Amino acid sequence: MAAIELERLERRYGERVALAGVSVRVEEGQTLAVLGGNGAGKTTLLRVLAGLLRPHGGGACVLGASLPDERWKLPARVGYLGHEPLLYRELSGRENLRYHAALHDVRASRVDELLGAVGIADRADEPVRDLSKGLVQRLAVARAVLHHPALLLLDEPRANLDPAAGELVEPLIGRSSGRTRVLVSHDVEGALAESDVSLGLRSGRPAPIDAELYR
Amino acid sequence: MTRTARTILRKDVLIELRTKESVPAMTLFAITVYVLFHFGLDRDSLDGELASGVLWVTLLLAAVVGVSRLFAAEREQGGIDGLLLAPVDRTALFVAKAAAMFLFLTAVELVAVPAFALLLLGPGLGGAFPELLAVLVLGNLGIAALGALVAALAAETRAHELIVPLLLLPLLVPVLIACAQATEPLFRQEAGPEDLARWLGLLTLYDVVFVLLSVAVFDFLLED
Repeated sequence: MAAIELERLERRYGERVALAGVSVRVEEGQTLAVLGGNGAGKTTLLRVLAGLLRPHGGGACVLGASLPDERWKLPARVGYLGHEPLLYRELSGRENLRYHAALHDVRASRVDELLGAVGIADRADEPVRDLSKGLVQRLAVARAVLHHPALLLLDEPRANLDPAAGELVEPLIGRSSGRTRVLVSHDVEGALAESDVSLGLRSGRPAPIDAELYR
Repeated sequence: MTRTARTILRKDVLIELRTKESVPAMTLFAITVYVLFHFGLDRDSLDGELASGVLWVTLLLAAVVGVSRLFAAEREQGGIDGLLLAPVDRTALFVAKAAAMFLFLTAVELVAVPAFALLLLGPGLGGAFPELLAVLVLGNLGIAALGALVAALAAETRAHELIVPLLLLPLLVPVLIACAQATEPLFRQEAGPEDLARWLGLLTLYDVVFVLLSVAVFDFLLED
């Protein structure tokens, strides 16, 4: 069964076309790499798949939910790791994760388990504003997988992570997690190496993945 | 729904206790306006209509400061996305935000109303305190419900600090009228309970209508 099926997907911001004619099929457990330069529509695509933005045309089916009408089915099943960590700066890492755990009706012990998994247990009670970008990214990874999502939407997930931290988060958001993933990255070779399906975007439209993609 | 609302409310109160952004600013604003009236009117004591008008116009303007900040953490730190990505009933978000605003207003009034009495209230409250408390609670309910609605409406706009007062203040005119009219007899030398029940009834009706209206439309405000 397809986890994601897009058929000539369209999304506009006012008159500006952000996505047009995007078609792709991703099976359960597969990884889709989305590549393209700045402003190509990669983040917009992730936000549409997360149910945060409404598609304006074409067909989109994510985890069996037809968008936009069945967007309500998605929140409990999608883990979103975008540019913003979605963490409150004045709360500690532990408080932030407990807050998200309560919203997702996840048991509190899962928070401690994830704080250990991302190697931040000893700094978990410091306010997020006092943490480095790398530590905040680790917390954001923990937040994204807190509720055992079936689909991970990852926008530059290893940004600000050192190699050791990259290894720590691999079982959670990497290929070994076994989850269906959509991976946005500027590391073309790395992304292609860990993907089953790839999609190049230029000015919101599908484009071949070649040297022209970033021009 | 109640548990989710409690979770969001707890988070909002915790952030306010740590940042001290809204309540101190609202309180300082209210006290400053009372001081300005004290000197601007060049009077040590007011009573009746003038006193109740000054009290309530100042509290409403202070509320605008709080409403402008009600979704600040959500807007600036991606909290709205976090909530939309969770299986959360949006009514719970409305209830939490309205409850937070109600608590903030109550905290402000704990300081601002005594300051008003000290700076501007001639005859003092005397035995009318329970009646004033009832008016304050019902007024706060109306302001909080409408404030949460307007704050959500303005949250994703670039000019939210302009939109909040432009939308909120006209919609709060009935609250102002009812609160000021209900309070006026309490601030008269020969205070009597006339019409208090009528104005409290109007306030209750306004609160019920706006709570129901807000619950009905809140879902649509957060759609993209």
